[in-house]
Amino acid sequence: MGESKLDLIQGTLDIMVLQTLAVMGPRHGYGIARRIEEISGNQVLLNQGTIYASLIRLQQRGWISSEWGTSDNNRKAKFYSITKRGLKQLAEETAYWTRLSSVMERMLAMEAEGGRA
Amino acid sequence: MIGHLQRLLERARAVFRGGTYDREFDAEAESHIQLAIDENMRRGLSEEEARRDALIRFGGLLRSREQHRDARSLPFIEVAIQDLRYAVRMLRRERAFSFVAVIILGLGIGANAAVFSIVNAILLQPLPFENPRELVWIEQAKATSGLSSATYSVDAYEGFRARNRSFQDVTAYYAFSSPENSRLGGIGSPQPITAMSVLGNFFQVLGVEPVLGRAFNADETRRGGRAAVLLAYPFWQQQFASDPRIVGRVIDLDGRPVTVVGVLPARFDFGAVFSPGRRVDAFVPVIPDEMRNWGNTLSLVARLRNGVSIERADVEARAIAPELYFNVKYTDSKGSYTARVIGLKEHVSGQLRRSLVVLWCAVGFTLLIVCVNLANLLIARTGARAKELAMRAALGAGRGRLARQLLTESALLSVMGAIVGVGVASGVVRYLAHQGSVTLPLLNAARLNGAALAWTLLIAAASCAAFGLGPAMKLSATDLQSALKDESHGASAGRSHHRLRSALVVSEIALACVLLVGAGLLLRSFLRVLDVDLGFRPAGVAAIKIDVDDGGRAERRAAIFQETLQRIRSIPGIESAGITDNLPLEGNRSWGLQAKGKQYRDNELPGAFVYMITPDYLETMGVRLRSGRFFSWGDGPASQAVVLVNETAARYLWPGVDPVGQIAVINNRDTRVIGVVSDIHETSLEKTGAWQMYLPAAQAGPVGAILTIRSPLPASAIAPGIMSALRSLNPRQPATQLRPVELSVDHAVSPRRFFVVLVASFAAFGLLLASLGVYGVISYSVAQRTQEIGIRMALGASASRVQRAIVWQTMRLVIVGVAIGAAAAAVLSRLIASMLFETAPTDAAAFIVTVTLLACAALAAAALPAYRAAHVDPMRALRPM
Repeated sequence: MGESKLDLIQGTLDIMVLQTLAVMGPRHGYGIARRIEEISGNQVLLNQGTIYASLIRLQQRGWISSEWGTSDNNRKAKFYSITKRGLKQLAEETAYWTRLSSVMERMLAMEAEGGRA
Repeated sequence: MIGHLQRLLERARAVFRGGTYDREFDAEAESHIQLAIDENMRRGLSEEEARRDALIRFGGLLRSREQHRDARSLPFIEVAIQDLRYAVRMLRRERAFSFVAVIILGLGIGANAAVFSIVNAILLQPLPFENPRELVWIEQAKATSGLSSATYSVDAYEGFRARNRSFQDVTAYYAFSSPENSRLGGIGSPQPITAMSVLGNFFQVLGVEPVLGRAFNADETRRGGRAAVLLAYPFWQQQFASDPRIVGRVIDLDGRPVTVVGVLPARFDFGAVFSPGRRVDAFVPVIPDEMRNWGNTLSLVARLRNGVSIERADVEARAIAPELYFNVKYTDSKGSYTARVIGLKEHVSGQLRRSLVVLWCAVGFTLLIVCVNLANLLIARTGARAKELAMRAALGAGRGRLARQLLTESALLSVMGAIVGVGVASGVVRYLAHQGSVTLPLLNAARLNGAALAWTLLIAAASCAAFGLGPAMKLSATDLQSALKDESHGASAGRSHHRLRSALVVSEIALACVLLVGAGLLLRSFLRVLDVDLGFRPAGVAAIKIDVDDGGRAERRAAIFQETLQRIRSIPGIESAGITDNLPLEGNRSWGLQAKGKQYRDNELPGAFVYMITPDYLETMGVRLRSGRFFSWGDGPASQAVVLVNETAARYLWPGVDPVGQIAVINNRDTRVIGVVSDIHETSLEKTGAWQMYLPAAQAGPVGAILTIRSPLPASAIAPGIMSALRSLNPRQPATQLRPVELSVDHAVSPRRFFVVLVASFAAFGLLLASLGVYGVISYSVAQRTQEIGIRMALGASASRVQRAIVWQTMRLVIVGVAIGAAAAAVLSRLIASMLFETAPTDAAAFIVTVTLLACAALAAAALPAYRAAHVDPMRALRPM
């Protein structure tokens, strides 16, 4: 597995985490991991543990903050919430991804046409 | 952008708080799994299955923690810290090796830091004055006979000061102030102090501000003005307990009331700059009007105008000098002067440049030997650790990672060596800076300062690279797989390994050889200097400055001298005693001396050093009479003026005739030559051939008096008797110490001794290291060849034959090393030719002794391994291990 691919996946995972927190409000790591698994149909996270590298990275950047709290079923857990800077970052990333995916879509469509000719 | 910076800071912090973060992660992971178990159990799984599923889905706990670590922290620093921990463990485990390595490195680095501090203080740092680059030294261009021919008269100084356009100002100090020339009274027993006479503007020109009070004012430099004195800082501290109200106090100097007008700053050390090895306690102003008829007595210092170069000032000074009057009262006293201008710094330390650079090179060589030695030790160690390294490689460590590990160990050694080195250097520098008896300028300012520490750091890093890179690179060339398979204990690299180590030992021997030859040449020169026939015999002679109150009358002075000498001679244990106003190797005033009735060209005759002495002085000093007679008490103020001249002067002035009975002209006075005496070494042990003359103290006007005593007893034994005799004659006699005259000789050779001792100790260290290297290589090769030796001995080789083989192996190393070293030394020794005295740079003895020494040391180093080899038990050697 090349480094650039890993970077892409890492970066992508970071955005998923931000998006999850932005939409669903404060969550613990397990909750975020479960949510991403549900939405993506288990295609992103190979291991749930991977989420924590992403969480610490985002926290060090100041995009999310964390706090120990108690879960619904009375378990101690660390809850993450998105910060103002995180929201701003998410907006930027969303714009970028939307543009990139539309471009990619068109590119791939063009390639299919050319292949037929 | 802020995000990145913040993250970097966070990551850097995480490096040091790994434990906290790990615990946090563990807690979070635990909670994660618990939440997963809860959910699974809600879905109906049994507790065991729920846990199993949760763990699988979380993935490897260790791996996640590792990812977490990589994300939050700076992995490369973590690796470095890990390497460092490992290195510390390794070095701890091999305590003997680490100890030897750190000590060797510490000594090498320490010696370098110390020498740098000295070189820095003497050569590199500017003088401790304001804008020191503007300061220059002005002296006569052809100083043939000591200070009198290098200095200027008051009138010449004033003429020069008035005419020049190159200088902001010109100042001067009285060049003939002798140590302990003043007496501080009013404090119980009078105390001898050294007072330096300087012109009123001296401190302004140097840019030295008194810390208390002020410098001299115009009134204080006038004849009949108020008597003033400035105190040197240490003297003020010791004598006046740093009294803050000292300014304005009147003290008793030589029986006169003198007002203290100020205290000079602590960093101003006149002696260190202008008269090395001497302490100056106080400064009094030169009163020009009192000194107009004293002749050449002033040493000139000046400050260049802005933008004027030394060269331009020199050209101007050369042009002005011939226009100067020795004494403006005599119109024919013009034209005797010459001048040259050099930077003050150049004057102070220029002559030492070569010696210091040689010293620097010598210590650099030492460090090189240290590095080669360590490289050798480390390579041997890498060889021994081949298996361990191979094992680590097999477990997944890359070659780069292993090389980095080895380099980390080298760096750690370097740092520890540097710490030891700084300790060593600070001790050495402190010791040397307080060697008052070494007459090197600015030496007492030597400190292990920031520059020296930076230098230490640099050489530590350089040596780390020098000795650490070798083994690390060696590692990359080694086949780690075969090392792992190898049966014999870590003998992986085999022949090429051994060859490399031999080459290193050869270069050590070669480097040590160069150092030893250099040290040998310097030592031989030093011994030759000590062996010089001084023309007098200082051993057994002691001298003491005495206070003579003659009221300026010559008859009275002669009577006082005669009485003093009678009293002194009556003390038991005193062989003879005499009085002079100057001792050889100390003061050096010179006067004109010529044969009556002969014409000489201008500046044809050098001045002759003058000694004003009593009868028995020359006998006491052991100066030899060549013809005629010594002085007697009959040569008094009223009788005919008489003089004794030395052989060199006599030969020139009266060639082919008997000088005894001839008339000489001295200070326009006809003087009869009554004898010829042997030449003495006047200014240095190396130089000879100056003119000297002796006048009876009763006929001339001596300044001060020094009593010389020859006795078989040590100075300390006769001192009390002499002091009580002097006190009973003159209660004002200060408590001056009785000094062996040999101390002056010692003083004169001290710079030479300083360099010899340092270079010789570097060479000795180099020799030791080279021997260590030989020992290492030979014993390694013996260990390697135990089996082979065992087979040979089993086949009938005798122990002596085995030993011979080892000795031969050693000799081969020595021969190659010495051949290279001697060739290099022959080339390099030419560079120190100017430091040698009556010793050729190719001096055979120095080379032969060096080679012998190296060979003996190498053989001694090889003796133990050779002994071991010869006592190999063939049975044991052959049995597989």
